[in-house]
Amino acid sequence: MSHRPHIEHSEQSDNQDSAEQQLRLCGDWTLQQYEQAKAALNALSDTQITAVRTLDGRDISRLDSAGVFLLQQYFGTELIETAQLAGQQQKLATLVLQACKDEQAPQHRGDNPLLQWLEQIGRVTCSVLQQQKQLLAFLGLALDNLSRTLFRPSRWRYTATAAQVEQIGVNAIPIVALLTFLVGAVIAFLGARVLDEFGAAVYTVNLVGFAFLREFAVLLAAILLAGRTASAFTAQLGSMKANEEIDALRAQGLNPVEVLVLPRVLAMLISLPVLTLIAMLCGVLGGMLVCWLALDISPALFMHIFSRDIEPVHFWVGLGKAPVFAFVIALIGCLEGFKVAGSAQSVGEHTTSSVVQSIFMVILLDALFALFFLEMGW
Amino acid sequence: MVSKGIISVRGLHNQFGDNLVHEQLDLDVAQGEILTVVGGSGSGKSVLMRSILGLHRPSAGQIEVDGVDLLRADSEQRVQLERRMGVLFQRGALYSSLTVLENVLLPLQEHLSLPAEDAEALALMKLRLVGLSSAVADNSVQSLSGGMIKRVALARALILEPDFLFLDEPTAGLDPIGANDFDELLVTVQRALGLTVFLVTHDVDSIFKVSDRVAVLAERKVLVVDTPERVATHPDQWIQSYFQGPRGRAAQHGKSHPVNAKEDA
Repeated sequence: MSHRPHIEHSEQSDNQDSAEQQLRLCGDWTLQQYEQAKAALNALSDTQITAVRTLDGRDISRLDSAGVFLLQQYFGTELIETAQLAGQQQKLATLVLQACKDEQAPQHRGDNPLLQWLEQIGRVTCSVLQQQKQLLAFLGLALDNLSRTLFRPSRWRYTATAAQVEQIGVNAIPIVALLTFLVGAVIAFLGARVLDEFGAAVYTVNLVGFAFLREFAVLLAAILLAGRTASAFTAQLGSMKANEEIDALRAQGLNPVEVLVLPRVLAMLISLPVLTLIAMLCGVLGGMLVCWLALDISPALFMHIFSRDIEPVHFWVGLGKAPVFAFVIALIGCLEGFKVAGSAQSVGEHTTSSVVQSIFMVILLDALFALFFLEMGW
Repeated sequence: MVSKGIISVRGLHNQFGDNLVHEQLDLDVAQGEILTVVGGSGSGKSVLMRSILGLHRPSAGQIEVDGVDLLRADSEQRVQLERRMGVLFQRGALYSSLTVLENVLLPLQEHLSLPAEDAEALALMKLRLVGLSSAVADNSVQSLSGGMIKRVALARALILEPDFLFLDEPTAGLDPIGANDFDELLVTVQRALGLTVFLVTHDVDSIFKVSDRVAVLAERKVLVVDTPERVATHPDQWIQSYFQGPRGRAAQHGKSHPVNAKEDA
């Protein structure tokens, strides 16, 4: 049961002047009735409000802190303190008025939207630069740790590394194989379609071989691992960070980079070249199948052309990029994990960031490599 | 037997697999009191609280809040009632993707169609009410200390002007000074707003400082409900070791003879 909040002008005084100066508050002054209460107050003119000398709160049936707050905004603290409220309501009013007393209206950041936009651009630019700096620093840290443990086999973590190799390498074989097989077939189809017009369909073999050995195998494997493994690294290390496990390691005199990062980096360094090799095989296999079915180039002929025209250097160019990509992906995944700050939200944000960054870095590095190899004539 | 309280639990059964947590549990919370529920780990304090809040459906029993049978009420009635209950979860359960102000604001925006300015002003008032300055309003939740998290959570619990306040170990993880401050805040707010408070705690200091009555949960039911002083003298062995252990004694001592306690120390 609720009563509409309303205000009555009390006329009990016989003095003409003071008749306007007392207001009687009635009904429920609660959060539920907030808008009605505000409407009742807005109905008073400014001069009426300033003319009020006393409030009579004896007829207030229910009052809560929202109601006190509203009244305070219109009538100020003093009038409510003397409003003859009932005992419980008086206690409430005292507490709320106390809270209102040291009120400092919060600064509203209602700036120019253009300025906000510029500010946003600046902030993002700085954070990107900051990110690259952190990545370089982390690279140094990882290399430092690697070089210190490299010549001390007793510090090698075989079990952790092997477990990671299984996770990120062995378990990824089916998806990498299937994906590159399909892409190999697609490339061969494209080649067959375009090259056939020039009567050069036989060069499809060269196209598939060239594309897969140099670029596609390593790129596809790296992008797959960036999506599959960098995110896993970030989520694993991130939830450990959120759970203070990283701090626990450090407090026990263990080096988190050595314990957590090195096995992951090493496992990546082992897994990605192997996966690249598998990707090359499957891609070429896909191409070979399409050549056989669509162009009547038998596997034997395919192998003959392949071994005659494709130089081994293409293989080494492709494979040589794998360790670099592996290192970058592992580093970004781990670094983003360490950046997580104690909440589920943060784990999610950094996982996304790690995948985006590692794919971006892989493609960027690949472009740089392509330029470099082109200039070198390899 | 105490007359039926504003919250009344009758014959509550809660069973998880073979594990019987509550059996024929009766409990009454009187209007405007602070009832503290204590009990060993696994005695079902949290399950009891979650049952009353409707977060857990009990196996059997009857729970009435302000005359409404919670387990048989239609959803409209339930929503009405839920809006009158504020909850402070053990670890605050603040929404980590929102700022402090947005956390307090959210229930207000969802349940009432107030103008944005009014809602914000009310939320800021609530933050000040629990002793936080307006300066923290735009902070992210991650940047808060343990004590501040509890205060923001309290502000959020109070924003819809509840009649009932449920607190799950509000002082856990706070330092003694922070815990003491929080207890004082709780009592002040409870007295001023006339709240009915259901408090689950392990903190013996808190029990003596804030409780009107203490309910001890053991052997799958409420063993005893009474004032803290009288519960502390109950002959049950668990209660004795709980209240008469070194921590319990210090807390009681502090309550009844604050000056002596200081001299003893």
